[in-house]
Amino acid sequence: MLLLIAGTITVLVVRNLFVATMMLGIVSFTMALIFVSLDAVDVAFTEAAVGAGISTVLYIGTLAMVGAQEKIRVKFAALPLIICLAVGGALFYATYQMPGYAEADNPVHKHVAPRYINDSGKETGVPNIVTSVLASYRGYDTFGETTVIFTAGIGVMLILRQRRLKRPPPDGEEEEDLKTSLNGSISGLGSDHDLVPHLVSKLLIPFILMFALYVQFHGDFGPGGGFQAGVIFAAGFILYALIFSLEEARVILNEKVILCLIALGVLIYGGVGVVSMLLGGHFLDYNLLSHDPVHGQHLGILLVEIGVGITVTAAMLAIFYAFVGRAEIEIEQLD
Amino acid sequence: MLSFVQQFPVLAIVLPLMSAPVCALTRGKVFPWFLTFLVSAFTFAISIELLAEVSANGPISYHLGGWEPPWGIEYLVDPLNAFMLVLISGISTGVLLYARESIAHEIREDQLGLFFTAYLLALTGMMGICITGDAFNVFVFLEIMSLSSYVLIAMGARNDRRALTASFQYLIIGTVGATFYLIGVGLLYMMTGTLNIADIASRFAEIGGMRPVQAAVAFIVIGLAIKLALFPFHVWLPNGYTYAPSIVTSFFAGTATKVSVYLLIRFIFTIFGMDYSFGVVGLTDILMPLAVVGFLSMSLVAIFQDNVKRLLAYSSVAQLGYIVLAISLASNEGLTAAMVHILNHAVVKTGMFLSVGSIFFVTGTVSLKKLEGIGQRMPLTTFGFVLGGLGLIGVPLTPGFISKWYLIKAVLDLESPLGYGLVAAILISSLLAVIYIWRVVEVAYFRPPPAGATRGEPPLTMLVPSWIFIAISFYFGIDTTFSVGFSKAIAAFLTGGA
Repeated sequence: MLLLIAGTITVLVVRNLFVATMMLGIVSFTMALIFVSLDAVDVAFTEAAVGAGISTVLYIGTLAMVGAQEKIRVKFAALPLIICLAVGGALFYATYQMPGYAEADNPVHKHVAPRYINDSGKETGVPNIVTSVLASYRGYDTFGETTVIFTAGIGVMLILRQRRLKRPPPDGEEEEDLKTSLNGSISGLGSDHDLVPHLVSKLLIPFILMFALYVQFHGDFGPGGGFQAGVIFAAGFILYALIFSLEEARVILNEKVILCLIALGVLIYGGVGVVSMLLGGHFLDYNLLSHDPVHGQHLGILLVEIGVGITVTAAMLAIFYAFVGRAEIEIEQLD
Repeated sequence: MLSFVQQFPVLAIVLPLMSAPVCALTRGKVFPWFLTFLVSAFTFAISIELLAEVSANGPISYHLGGWEPPWGIEYLVDPLNAFMLVLISGISTGVLLYARESIAHEIREDQLGLFFTAYLLALTGMMGICITGDAFNVFVFLEIMSLSSYVLIAMGARNDRRALTASFQYLIIGTVGATFYLIGVGLLYMMTGTLNIADIASRFAEIGGMRPVQAAVAFIVIGLAIKLALFPFHVWLPNGYTYAPSIVTSFFAGTATKVSVYLLIRFIFTIFGMDYSFGVVGLTDILMPLAVVGFLSMSLVAIFQDNVKRLLAYSSVAQLGYIVLAISLASNEGLTAAMVHILNHAVVKTGMFLSVGSIFFVTGTVSLKKLEGIGQRMPLTTFGFVLGGLGLIGVPLTPGFISKWYLIKAVLDLESPLGYGLVAAILISSLLAVIYIWRVVEVAYFRPPPAGATRGEPPLTMLVPSWIFIAISFYFGIDTTFSVGFSKAIAAFLTGGA
């Protein structure tokens, strides 16, 4: 907890944005630890993967474009401080009369939770309660969240590409110059000379992707699931693009494929819902997917998690590509 | 086995949602628009069916995933949200009818597919917020709506780079609002152990006095006030509306803030209950002054605007002030007035923004200084705008008159000096509206058009839809069976049920 406070304050005080980003990563990891101590392993996992992992990468990508030094600010703003204090005060005020930490007779434990805990294994056939709540009982919320990710990916693509195509496409000659000046890759990512990162990443990437798949399909039994797996998968891919080059990453997955993938994930998730509707049930009623309700649940959860994983991976990559794509433009403009 | 009709509640949401990824993959100038229009029209038809069904047979409950509430998520269609669904999908369909030429003019062709994807997602978000019976599900769809609206507003950047700053400002403020809402819902969950709205409501009476619940109420009300652009949380709205593409502004002006108003009504009347909201917490004392200061100051600010879109945006904030004032009266009549005005204002404002969009389409500007003699240059469009303006002021036979009539009636029911003061404030604000509309009229009709100015009307596909909105608004000004009838039914349902 103290680490958390210290970390957050450092983020605010530090003027070098690069340091601030690293501190944010530390804060995220500390948060993850706190979640673990609250027995929320799945949340901790997500925080570690999203907060500490992918956001840090994206921040650094942004910093590469805008520079790491914050402008010195002279104005001291009183109003935001007052608002912050008021919000903090309200939260503090609310902590009185809150139910105690980890007491068994709290309202949270007495109403909907008992059924999740006692019956979810029987009703969904999935040992991990978090997964069963996320993907089945409240599966529609997760569908919504997947759509949020989808929206974010689409949004970044729309906004960041707005300026890009306005410029005349650079002719080949210019590109050649750039490549040589930047050690073999546009945007300054990757280089031919760094043997160590090349080798290490070649060793690591298969394991990262493998681990992502494990997280994806093991979500039914232990902590994990589509969101975390998608982020890890994307991280492996981004590592590849960072070490080698965006060009080489594009050979494997270009923007068009990514757009299709983002859409595909949502369609898989929604498709499961539509199929269950066609079978005469409620939207996302997995019981009908198979002759045996528990089987159906299992199948449904598996399918929607795959949908989530695909959309998350593709959206993260879309955001990364869009940012790095911007960096390319900046470099071209410098010339 | 569920029949097709029983699937309607979820179809109204899933149809636009599932079409969004499909639309993202489409290309071309016409197809994405056509798909979006078709989907929106179907959604509109489903919403009308739902409204008819609900008013005939009472609320419909739909269990998503087949899990009964409160374990699973429930869609609960009642008169209030069925009414909102019809309003949102109707406005959306009307705006889309107009959209094809207008948006092709403002956005690059290869981006149209993704643009309409974002539009569909915004529609999905709004509909999803209204129909759901689950407080956390509201947040999920609030995120969908907010994210897509930031994107849509930023799409104005091709005409004016300031759209990006406007969108960013909205993103920061909107996220704060949504976070406040989430903190509030989190606290409520902690105290009740449930997220289902009806379930929270039934447990609310026992825990209302506890401090975390009071904090939850404060967070939710403030969060929603930010989202609905209640004065003084309105700063994001004028910028956003000014720089967004024309059809985005038209769509949002009628719907986006109204969705937050809906949530406010839902929380105040269904969850907290009237006695608690107005008796224990005293929301009247908080909302009413803000509303009154809001509509007076914003009408005043509107007078000094040169940009017609910005003028209308400030007027929108003022209109939201009327609606919140009506809610804060804590009475059946007040709620009726609020619902009537939600509908009337949505129709009138959309019509006016569409007219301004046509003016922009033809002349390339919305600055009053450059629109001299526009009444002669584009007679039909300008006339439509002025008729809409009369509606804002509240001239008899226009819908504005009906709204203000019910609002003043509700205020007078207070039977106190405060009531008379409020009537005076409403009248002053209406006079200010006369001034800001008159400024446009003066420029449009009483100044000669500059030599060599472009003349001519926009294509019929744009002119007709904007006139449809104006015509419908006059219909609501003359025949009030639909608007007032449903509003009364909703008010009775909410105050009786609470």
